[in-house]
Amino acid sequence: MNALWGLLRKEGYHILRDRRTLAVLIFMPVIQVILFGYSIRTDVKDVRLAIVDPTPDATTLELRNRFRAAGTFRIIAVVPTHADLAPLFQTDTAQVAVEFQPQFGQRIASGEVAQVLVATDATEPNSGSARQTYVTAVIQNYEQELRQRRGGIRIVPQLRSRFNPTRESTNLFLPGLMAMVLNIIAALMTALSLTREKETGTMETLLVSPLRPWQIIVGKVAPYLLIGFVSVIAVLLEAKLVFHVPIRGSVTLLLIEGMLFILVSLSLGILISARTSSQRVAMMAAMLGTMLPTQMLSGFIFPLESMPRVLQWIANAIPAKWFVVVARGIMLKGVGLSYLWPETLVLGLMTLALLVASARSFKVRLQ
Amino acid sequence: MPDLAIQANGLTRTFGAFTAVDHITFDVRAGEVFGFLGANGAGKTTAIRMLTGLLAPSDGQATVAGHDVRRESEAIKRDIGYMSQRFSLYDDLTVRENIQLYGGIYDLSGAEIRDRTERILRRLGLERVERDPVHAIPLGWKQKLALSVALLHDPQIVFLDEPTSGVDPITRRQFWELIYETAHAGTTVLVTTHYMDEAEYCDRISIMVAGRIDAMGTPAELKQRAGVDSIDELFVRLARPTGDRAQHEART
Repeated sequence: MNALWGLLRKEGYHILRDRRTLAVLIFMPVIQVILFGYSIRTDVKDVRLAIVDPTPDATTLELRNRFRAAGTFRIIAVVPTHADLAPLFQTDTAQVAVEFQPQFGQRIASGEVAQVLVATDATEPNSGSARQTYVTAVIQNYEQELRQRRGGIRIVPQLRSRFNPTRESTNLFLPGLMAMVLNIIAALMTALSLTREKETGTMETLLVSPLRPWQIIVGKVAPYLLIGFVSVIAVLLEAKLVFHVPIRGSVTLLLIEGMLFILVSLSLGILISARTSSQRVAMMAAMLGTMLPTQMLSGFIFPLESMPRVLQWIANAIPAKWFVVVARGIMLKGVGLSYLWPETLVLGLMTLALLVASARSFKVRLQ
Repeated sequence: MPDLAIQANGLTRTFGAFTAVDHITFDVRAGEVFGFLGANGAGKTTAIRMLTGLLAPSDGQATVAGHDVRRESEAIKRDIGYMSQRFSLYDDLTVRENIQLYGGIYDLSGAEIRDRTERILRRLGLERVERDPVHAIPLGWKQKLALSVALLHDPQIVFLDEPTSGVDPITRRQFWELIYETAHAGTTVLVTTHYMDEAEYCDRISIMVAGRIDAMGTPAELKQRAGVDSIDELFVRLARPTGDRAQHEART
C-alpha cells in the first residue's frame, strides 16, 4: 500500500505543478459545453420575416400582428410588390416571406379563396422547412379562429410533447454533449500522462520495480478520477444554471453515473497509452477514438434508430451511447436505477474489460 | 548471497527474423564491476532487459541473484536496482520527492525512507537543492542522484544502462568513483557503455558484436591477448569485418 500511496502522491505533484494543464483540463469541458450548447440548436428563433402586402387592410394587419406576437419572428420589411422580395432574400436580410394576395381581406370577407404565399430560404433545408412550418402554423391558427367565429365549430387542439414541452433542443443535446466532452478530456488525461512516462523513460523504471501492473494503473487513474469529478460537477452546474436543463431525477445517482462514465473514459485512455509509445500518437488516438464515435454514434445528435443496422451494432461498443441514455433518463425523465441498471451494468463491464486489457498490455515481460 | 550474482547460459532473444542477442553465456561474480561493451545496436540493452525481467528470453537460461529470469521475475525485481540512460527521475518533482517516491515503490518503511533520504542528500551534498525540482539541477548531480535512487533499497545487483551517455569527461570520472564505492560496499554492478576508456575501469568486460559476446576477460588480459595497447583499439578491430582474425584470437 505504501508503494501505491507513493505513486498517487507523485501523480498529484505532477498535476498540481502543471497548473496550466490543470486549468485546461478543468475548464475545457465547461467552455466546450457553452460553445456547443449555443451552437448546436435546431430551435427556430428570431426568424427574419418579410411581408408582401399589396393592399393593406384590417385582416392583413391582424395577421402581421400575429406573427409579431408569436415571438419567433422579427418582421424586417413590409413591401408592396413581389419584385421587392428578391433582393431581401439575396442579401440574406429575409429568411422567410409571406405574400398576401391583393384584396386579401375583401376576399375573406366575401367568402372567396384568399391565397397567401409562404416562401422560404431553403439553403439549409432543415431549418428552412422548420421555419415554413412555423409560419404555416400561425396562418392556420388564424384561419381556424375565423372559421370558429362564423361557424360554431370549436376545435381546440392540444399539443404536448413529453419530457421537453418547450421543445428546447438544448435539453436533448446537453446530456450527450456532456458525454462527449467528458469522454474526450478523460481519455486524453490518462493517455498523455502514461505516454509521457514512456517518453521520459520513467516507465521503464516503474516496470523494473516490484510494482504490479494494477498498481501502476490505479496510480494513474485515481488522481484523474478526482479531476473528472470536478469536471462532472462543473458541467452539471453549467447545464442547470446556464442552459436551464432540468435534473428531474436523483442528483447523487447522476454524479455516480457520471463518475462511472469518467472511469470508462480514463480506462480507454490507459489502454491507448499502453498500446502507443509517443504522446503525439496517443493524443491523435484519444481524440479520434472518442470524438468521432461519440458525435456520430452515441445518438446525441443523430438518432440511432434511423441508422443502418451495422452502425447501430457498432454503436453498442461506444460508452457514450449508454451514458447518453442514462443522463437523459435521469435529467429529463427523472427515472432511477431500476430503469437504468442495464446501461449502468454495460458501463461497468466496459471499464472492467478496458482495465484488464491494459493490465495485460503492461505485462511486457510475458511477450 | 550466491557466489555468482548473474549466470547466463545460451541466452537468446529474437524479434521475428532478427536475432538481437545470440546465445550469450557469461557469469558475473558477486561484488564485481562487470562492463557490457558494444556499439549501438549490438544487443546490450536487449540483454539487460532480459536480465531485469522486462523481456522474456526466446531461448537459453539465466539466473539473477539466484532467481530464474523466466519463472521468478517478481523476486528478481526486489533484488535489483536499475538506472536507465535517461536517468529515470521525475523532472517536475523535487530531489527529495524523487527519493521518497522510489522509497515508497520499493516498500521501504517511513522511517527507512527518512533515514536514507537524509543519508543520500548528505553524501551527495544535495541538501541545499533538496526542494528544487530535478530539472533545475546540473546533469552531473542528477546522474548521481539517479544512481543513489537505484540503490535506495539495497539491491544485490545494480544494472546501469549507459549511465554516462551525454555527460562530460569530468562528470563521468566522478560518476565512476561512485560506482567503485557501490562495488566496495558489496553491490554487484553491471554497466553498459560505449565509452572505451570506461571499460578500463571495470573488473571484467565483455564485448558484444552483433548479438554475440566476442571477447570477455579483464581489460589487461584482453589487451595482452590481442596485442593491443587499449580497449579502444581492440574494440575497433572486433567491430570491423576485417578484424576476423583478431576476433578469433580474442574469443574465450
